[in-house]
Amino acid sequence: MPMTTVTTRPSLDEIRGWLGDVPDPEVPAVSVMDLGIVRDVQWSGDELVVAITPTYSGCPATSVIAFDIETALRQRGIENLRIERRLSPPWTTDWVTEEGKRRLEAYGIAPPAEEAGGPSPFERLLRKPLVIACPRCKSENTRRISEFGSTPCKAQYQCHDCLEPFDYFKCI
Amino acid sequence: MMSDQAALFEYLLRLGDNALILGHRLSEWCGHSPALEEDLALSNVALDLIGQTQLWLNLAGDVEGRGRDADKLAYLRDARDFRNVLLVEQPNGDFAATMARQFYFDAWHYLLLRELTGSKDSRIAEIAAKGLKEVTYHLERSREWVLRLGDGTEESHERMQTALDDLWMYTGELFETDEVDQAMIRSGMGPDLSTLHEPWLGLMHATAEEATLTLPQPGWAQRGGKRGMHSEHLGYILADLQFLQRAYPNATW
Repeated sequence: MPMTTVTTRPSLDEIRGWLGDVPDPEVPAVSVMDLGIVRDVQWSGDELVVAITPTYSGCPATSVIAFDIETALRQRGIENLRIERRLSPPWTTDWVTEEGKRRLEAYGIAPPAEEAGGPSPFERLLRKPLVIACPRCKSENTRRISEFGSTPCKAQYQCHDCLEPFDYFKCI
Repeated sequence: MMSDQAALFEYLLRLGDNALILGHRLSEWCGHSPALEEDLALSNVALDLIGQTQLWLNLAGDVEGRGRDADKLAYLRDARDFRNVLLVEQPNGDFAATMARQFYFDAWHYLLLRELTGSKDSRIAEIAAKGLKEVTYHLERSREWVLRLGDGTEESHERMQTALDDLWMYTGELFETDEVDQAMIRSGMGPDLSTLHEPWLGLMHATAEEATLTLPQPGWAQRGGKRGMHSEHLGYILADLQFLQRAYPNATW
């Protein structure tokens, strides 16, 4: 089936809505909009410019995300588009939407527990670790197994009550 | 005197090469770590560092203006052209040696990036701000391992103490300034590295004490990495790292 050609330019809200259906390749429960990876959507003349930012410098999903966004928009008939990578300001978990946090938890990943602009690391090193609630049974009787999980953005925890291991989405 | 442009290129190579060589060293643990969680963690830290490498070396290539990108700089330079500090090329050794090396480096890396977020060159400040968030976690984790092994069993204590002692002589180089650093200080692009020494030592002492370890005394420092004088280990790393591009030039995925 030939792709439909857009005759009237779709609104930016409409485009953001479409991007809300593009799942993150590594955490498919949330969209690239939920995670705050899409920083800007603008028309530049006839060209649509979508600015995205990597969560972590080495995140291997960044190029897949760019590809998925491009594919989704082309399927909607947008031919003339450019994906721009933006490094600054650096991505922060504060940009994860409330809906995104809810979806993460429902998926079994504990959402970020504090605002990223918290204590500086030297202070953080010397204080008690955060209590992270188990996303399954909500128990606060949990322990951190490792500062890193299945992707750079997560840490590994285990719940002492329901005994399930789970991922925690770190604050950065 | 070195031109500001040449100094900036050198400086960016140092930042990129430190991340590249340590990232490569950590990736050597992949599939060999003592536990699955540690395997994942070491690979994730390696990944962060390789990501930072791309940012620094691409910028270095732009500054140089001779058409070299991060890949060309990483894969097609010889050992004498690498500018990483000697600490990061030291062998992985046992897990204690890897974590001691990481702790020494992470604390310095954290302090350096924090200063660089205020660089007058906005490109440097942006990359530093990105990297700082990642390095914060690296530091938290390596510090915890120094505590855990130091204040652990008799054997883990001994191994961590040995690792701290063996790697100590490579830490002096981190805080020395040469003409490249001086040029960066003059132009407001980079900090005076000697000012990082005190906060670094403070964290080292506090951690060693908590971990029931003894921090070595200041002494002879090995130096030369920043100027391209490396230990023999770097050649072996490059043999691995660069093999594909050397054997099959311009091969791509």
